[in-house]
Amino acid sequence: MKTTTQENFLEGQAMARRSFLRFAGASAVMAGVLTTTACSKLDEDIDTSSTQYYNLGTGDIAVLNYAYALEQLEAAFYTQVVATPYAGISSEELGLLTEVRDHEVIHREFFKKALATNAIPALVPNFASINFSNRAAVLGAAKTFEDLGVAAYNGAGYLIQDVNYLTLAGKIVSVEARHAALIRNLLGLNFADSTVVDLSNGLEKSMTPAQVLPLANSFIATGYTLSATGLGS
Amino acid sequence: MDILNLIDDIQTADPEFADRISPRRAAIKNITSFGSKVAVAALPFAFGTLFKKAYGQTTTPSVADVLNFALTAELIEATFYNTAVARATAGTLLIPANDLAAIKLIQADENNHVTFLRNVLTSANESAANKARTTTALPVGTFSTSYDFSGNAKGTVPGAGPFSAVFSNYDIFLAVSQAFEDTGVRAYKGQAGFLKGRQVELTAALNIHSVEARHAAYIRRLRATRAGAPANFRSWVTGDGTTASGITVTSQATAATNPIYANEAITAQAGVELSGIAGSKAATEAFDEPLTTADALNILLNFVK
Repeated sequence: MKTTTQENFLEGQAMARRSFLRFAGASAVMAGVLTTTACSKLDEDIDTSSTQYYNLGTGDIAVLNYAYALEQLEAAFYTQVVATPYAGISSEELGLLTEVRDHEVIHREFFKKALATNAIPALVPNFASINFSNRAAVLGAAKTFEDLGVAAYNGAGYLIQDVNYLTLAGKIVSVEARHAALIRNLLGLNFADSTVVDLSNGLEKSMTPAQVLPLANSFIATGYTLSATGLGS
Repeated sequence: MDILNLIDDIQTADPEFADRISPRRAAIKNITSFGSKVAVAALPFAFGTLFKKAYGQTTTPSVADVLNFALTAELIEATFYNTAVARATAGTLLIPANDLAAIKLIQADENNHVTFLRNVLTSANESAANKARTTTALPVGTFSTSYDFSGNAKGTVPGAGPFSAVFSNYDIFLAVSQAFEDTGVRAYKGQAGFLKGRQVELTAALNIHSVEARHAAYIRRLRATRAGAPANFRSWVTGDGTTASGITVTSQATAATNPIYANEAITAQAGVELSGIAGSKAATEAFDEPLTTADALNILLNFVK
């Protein structure tokens, strides 16, 4: 899905992106390492129902692209939510969801700029399973995305080798957790339950990339789905 | 930015600079060849770290140090909620029935975090200060010798801090709760780097960190829906100071809580300015910042001795 709202955001970024491009060439060494693994677009005549269309590769760039992919999904989801609000949405809820959309778009654009030439392409989401006109369906999907995002960041943190990237991931994951708690509040739920937190020790149930990607792929259009065999199992 | 000129300037002022950073000559060499590194985007951060290493603390905290620091924070939080729930049961702190389930779940989480960290830290590794602290709820009308949830632990008169009504006024209780949770989020974030690459310890710390963020967001939501709440108060942190805290009861309270939100108003990450995407307000909200161990302790020492 590509919406006009997304494009407007991008147009507004022409200046900032240009200034960032000064650094883009700096990625040459990393890119060299990655050309064989990241963005390995397979032949067009392969079975596009395969879940391994893009392999994210290995190392920090793979982890950052993993985060970038999840942020793309979240940003696209909330962009759609705000563009076509569910029936009977209150002005307060529309305002809150618009702010969440802004955060997710910022996360997406941040990764896009930081990854520069190492970034995976724009994904095409598949939200066919979500009824955007129904409040419970939309907030339920939002809960799924936020909980999945938190579990994914937590589960991938140890794979990060550069401490600056680790801190950056930490700066984002707590905002995702804040979203998750708010969405749950809007649904009349507590901030967490046994599906996301191990109630015996109070720890979030983190998930590995291998656990996350099948769930994320269910929201990605055929032909754009991801694999991350280089990020462990 | 001209890092190399800056290094020259420092060497002029401090001829021993090169010696101070000599174990990190490779890092300096990296700076000169940054043109071929993606890390250019993070250059200010990288240099700041190098500088701090040269002049500041030279030893990296051990895993036990990190866990003890976390345990200190969790002991404060667990005792805080144990006391609040005990006061609610006694009828001296009026927690609305609809909120009580969430407060009790937070209480359970914080006590579980204490148990978890104590289990990970063997007895020999647990600091003496943490051994001396209990999670027993404080009796009505007292602020113990270990904890002063009025925020006056640095002072001489127990209970005389800016939050003296913490266990009798629900709004004050929520404000202090938010202060602890937001501090916890930032404090764990500041420790993550010390656990880099350690799958078990880092993942556990991250799994506590996000739960603290859920707590913080939920408490902030409860505050936002109270009568007299600050306008546009959100589950995430907007800017810094009282805009971020929504705590304006007294200037003393503001002075105690503003450090919790120091540096939260930044709109650039890793050298990338983000305010042009959806405004500067959203850019401050989209990222939570870390707190150093020292800054986090300085905040917590208002509440624990």
